[in-house]
This record gives sequence, structure tokens and C-alpha cells, in this order.
Amino acid sequence: MENNTTHGPVIRTVGLTRHFTRGKQTIEAVRGLDLEVAAGELVAFLGPNGAGKSTTLRMLTTLIAPTSGSATVAGHDVVRERAAVRRSIGYVGQGNAAGHQFRGRDEIMCQARAHGLSRSDARRRTDELLEAFDLAEHADRPVAQLSGGQRRRLDVAIGLVQEPPILFLDEPSTGLDPQNRVNLQEQVRRLNADLGTTIVLTTHYLEEADALAGRVIVIDHGEVIADDSAAALKSALGDLVALSFASPDAAVAAAARADRVPGAQVVVDGARVELRAAHGRDTAPGLVTDLAAAGTPVTRIEVVGPTLDDVFLNLTGRSLRENQSTTTEGAAA
Amino acid sequence: MSISLTTPAAPAAAARRTPVVARPVGVLADIGNVLVRELQPVLRQPASVLFAMVQPLVFLGLFAPLLPDTGDGSALQWFVPGIVAMTALMSASFTGANLSEEIVSGSFERLLVSPVRRSSLMIGKALREMVPLVLQTIIIVAVATPFGFDLHVGGILVGMALLVPFSVGLGALSLALAVAAKEQAWVFWTVQQTVIFPLLLLAGVLLPLDGAPGWLRTASDVNPLTHIVEAERALFAGSFPGETVLYGAIASLVVGVLGLWVGVRRMNRAS
Ligand SMILES: Nc1ncnc2c1ncn2[C@@H]1O[C@H](COP(=O)(O)OP(=O)(O)OP(=O)(O)O)[C@@H](O)[C@H]1O
Ligand SMILES: [Mg+2]
Repeated sequence: MENNTTHGPVIRTVGLTRHFTRGKQTIEAVRGLDLEVAAGELVAFLGPNGAGKSTTLRMLTTLIAPTSGSATVAGHDVVRERAAVRRSIGYVGQGNAAGHQFRGRDEIMCQARAHGLSRSDARRRTDELLEAFDLAEHADRPVAQLSGGQRRRLDVAIGLVQEPPILFLDEPSTGLDPQNRVNLQEQVRRLNADLGTTIVLTTHYLEEADALAGRVIVIDHGEVIADDSAAALKSALGDLVALSFASPDAAVAAAARADRVPGAQVVVDGARVELRAAHGRDTAPGLVTDLAAAGTPVTRIEVVGPTLDDVFLNLTGRSLRENQSTTTEGAAA
Repeated sequence: MSISLTTPAAPAAAARRTPVVARPVGVLADIGNVLVRELQPVLRQPASVLFAMVQPLVFLGLFAPLLPDTGDGSALQWFVPGIVAMTALMSASFTGANLSEEIVSGSFERLLVSPVRRSSLMIGKALREMVPLVLQTIIIVAVATPFGFDLHVGGILVGMALLVPFSVGLGALSLALAVAAKEQAWVFWTVQQTVIFPLLLLAGVLLPLDGAPGWLRTASDVNPLTHIVEAERALFAGSFPGETVLYGAIASLVVGVLGLWVGVRRMNRAS
């Protein structure tokens, strides 16, 4: 469609800042964001609760004005040319796009009509989206009666109606089961690959960012603390390989061997050895064979990819839950 | 149909057939889209219009028998037009509650980011009030007629037309209030209740203000609803006193224009 892939960045922010004042308290939600996103990029904002992801998206989608700094989306200023920005974007917010007292089908239709699709096109497009998100059988029930995940799929469907050249998705996968998560990721990738849609989404999960986005922007306290590919972020951290042994002595012996894995950081904890190494999941099988041959067989093995928490620990030297030394973030997508 | 269930790696909907052609949407089409959306819940659940009517109908049942019969007609003849105006007042002032719900759930945010003009959003939502107005008037008249209410269809139609600007303007004010109070839903209800009852009582809907002290009369005179109710009473009785109807129409238009002006301004700043 009308993808000007050759032009400069489709999203550009300069010192984008937003404060919220509540009584005497001022919250610096976003602090001086400088960002460029090129046409056709698929970018994930990764960050903990309250990092400023939604606030950034809300500024880029013209919902709230920046306190200072500026931003352009599709070449239009988000403060001075709000109408033009709105015509160029799709937005799936963190809340529900479909009103609870409406029917899903009606809401998609309404959004299509609002974007100027003819009645028959709107109807066809609605059917396509209902099918794409496996919602056809729920389309004529009041939204209030849908399950959380069904509602979320509806939100995303509404956001895609007009096939916008630029799409903002705020935690699109919240509440989706693994099956639907995969489907959503597939839809997002396809939009990006087939139509060249520029996509900015937010997530809490490094795995999801990795599965989807070519580029991951890590945000903390309203600032960008990393801007890289997911692969690079992950390989800088490596996988965590946790090995259990019959006795603490065996563990100590095994740790000495594990230390020989290049670039490995090894920690012994009782009868457990924790090893963090780039490509840990690839080295683990060989290591297990080695250790068995050396007379210290592994009784249990666990391999965990890095999580958002690990990214944080690495980048900031502190854990997400400041007063706790470790967290148990659920395995992502 | 749905391949996605069996093979997650290759989900359904690969075939995207509709080329999406988005044309600019005119102002009227814009308002029409919003209005159509607003009316869907009403049309799907017509009983919802009864919600705002419970109180007026209770008042009709409890008060009407208490009113003394005046010489020129039954008490109902005096009371019904006031109850119609009261229903319009209730219904329109409740309308912001629907919006509060949309603000909390997130669908309002979606509309704010869409290309729908903010003014269209406000006007479309406020125009919705015309439909409950008509349905409610029909119900009230249908309930009252068997009990001796003297039916003058022409007058009632003109009376309803006269109520439309008032209803739409008040609806817009209610919507503006919901947007302004977005972070505290209780503010909406507090303001709504604080404003509605004085308006109602000062308009002489439930009790005549003939014997009221001077200050109360003055307060009543600046209340637009007073003039609207007086015009409604004349029209529902089948008469057409030019001056009374004109004052009523002016009062209604003032509320309509002011309400939409405030509403559109507030909507333009909504986030
Ligand atoms: N309307 C508001 N009024 C006051 N403070 C706000 C408002 N919106 C956001 N904040 C504050 O700004 C900060 C950033 O919030 P934001 O919603 O952008 O975080 P987020 O990264 O999206 O978090 P999450 O992952 O929980 O969605 C938070 O501290 C939040 O409390
Ligand atoms: Mg958020």
C-alpha cells in the first residue's frame, strides 16, 4: 500500500518528556526520550511496571501532550497536527477498545466506518478480522460477556481495521493463552512483513520481544537504558543452566569442570550448580555427558533463558524488585 | 475453517481479501457513525430506556393522586407534561454515566485516537438522547391516558420537538462532566444529583410555585426548565399560547447551544 519505505524515520522524538503532577508530587513518567524508528521497523518497548511505556505511546498517539520536547509520527507533529497523526496510525491501548455494552461485530464495523471504509468493505473486513482472531462465534454477544482473552483479541482486531501504516500496541498479549499468543505474534509479523507496517509494541517479556521484534528498547524510569536487538541483549546475558547433584561434594567437583565452559559464571549452592553462559542451552548437553563420564552425574537439569529481570540486573546492576535478590518472573510466551 | 487450532505456526486468515480503502469522512457521516454506535445498545435492549424512567413513573403514580383537581382539567393534565420534562432531564443527565464506563474500560480512548472528530464524538453522543426522549414520552402518555389524561397528539409532537434541544444540550453537559471527572466517578454522581434536584423543584414540576416567596420565584424564573415545563403544559393541553411556547423554545435552545458548546470544548481537550 502506501508505504514510503525510502523516507526518513516515521517516528522521531526529541527530548520527549512527560510529567504528571498530583498535588505536591511530580511524577517524571518519561524523561527526555530521543528516538528514531524507521519505516517498516518492528520495535518492542520492554520495561517494568511504571517505566513509562504507556505514557510514551499515549504521547505518540496524540492522547496526551508532552510536558516538553516534541515528536513527529508519519511526519506530523503530535501536538500541532493531531488529526493527521490519527489518520496515519492504529492504536491498541492497554485497556479494552471495545465498549462493554456493545457487540464485537458492531465495534469493528464502527471503527471501519470511522476510518472511511464503505459499508460493504467494512462488513467484509469485519468478517476477515473476526476469523483471523478466531472470534466469529463471539461476535454477536455483548463484549461484557466475553472472556478476558477474547476481549483482548477483539481489541487488537479493532486496531487493525484500517491497516494503518503505523501501529501502536500496548501490551497486546496480556491475558492471551499460549495458542492465541502465537496467533497474535503471527498476525503482527505478517503485517510487518507483508504490508511493511511500522509497529511499536510494549511488553514485559524479553521472550516475547525476542519472538517478535527486530529491535528492543529497554525503558526504565522514563529513560532508554538499552536499544538493541533482542538477540544481542540475550547473548550478552546468556542462559542460566541449573544442575543438581547427589551431594554438595559432587557439586563442588562439577563446578570446577563447569568453570571451563568459555565465558561461564558459575555459582555453587549446596548440591546445586548454577552456570550462566552465552548459548548455555547449546553447551549444556555436552557438559552433562562430560560430568557423567567424570563420575559426578547430573540428577536434574534446568535451562532458563534470560528474563527482563536479568536484562535489568545486567544493565542497571539492580534487580527489578529492589529489596529482593532474585525474582521468579513467570516464563514468558 | 480455522486452521489456527491445529497448527499454531500457520494460523488462519492468511487470505486477506479486502483491500482497505479509507476515504475521508465528512462531518455528517462522522456524526452519523457515532450516533449509530450509540443507538446500538438502546435498540438491542430497548428496556434500558426504562432505567431513567423509574423515578418519574413512581412520582407519577404517587403524586398525581395527591394533586387537587383544578377547575380547568384533571390533575394529570397538569402533572404529565412535567413528568415528561423530568424524564428528559433524568435521561439526559444520566448519559455521562455511560461515558464514564467507556472511559474506565478504554473504549473512549480508542475513539479519541480514531479519526472521528472530537466535535462529532460529542454531538453524536448527545444526539442519542432524542431516542429515549421519544420512547419515554410515548410510554408516559400511554400510561396516563387511560386515567383521564386528555390526549392532544399535535401538541405532544410540538412539545417533544421543543424538548429536543434541551435534552441534547443537557446530555452534552453530562458527557462533559464525565470527561472532566474521569478519574473520580463519584464526582460525576455528586454533581449530577446536586444539579438535577434543584432544577426540578424550582421548575415547579412536582409542586406549583404559585405561593412561593419572592427569592424562590426569581430562582425559578432563571431556571430554563421552568419555561420549558410551562410551554409543555400548554402544548400538552392542546393550546398554543405564542409567548409561552416561544419562551420555552428559547430556554430549550439556550440549553442546547450552551451544552453543545461546553461539551465540544471539553471533548477537544479530552485525553
Ligand atoms: N494520568 C496519570 N496521572 C498520574 N500519574 C500517571 C498517569 N499516568 C501514568 N502515571 C505515572 O507515570 C508512570 C509511568 O506510567 P506508565 O503507564 O507509562 O507505565 P508503563 O510503563 O506503561 O507501566 P505498565 O507496564 O504497568 O503498563 C507511573 O509511575 C504512573 O504512575
Ligand atoms: Mg502501560
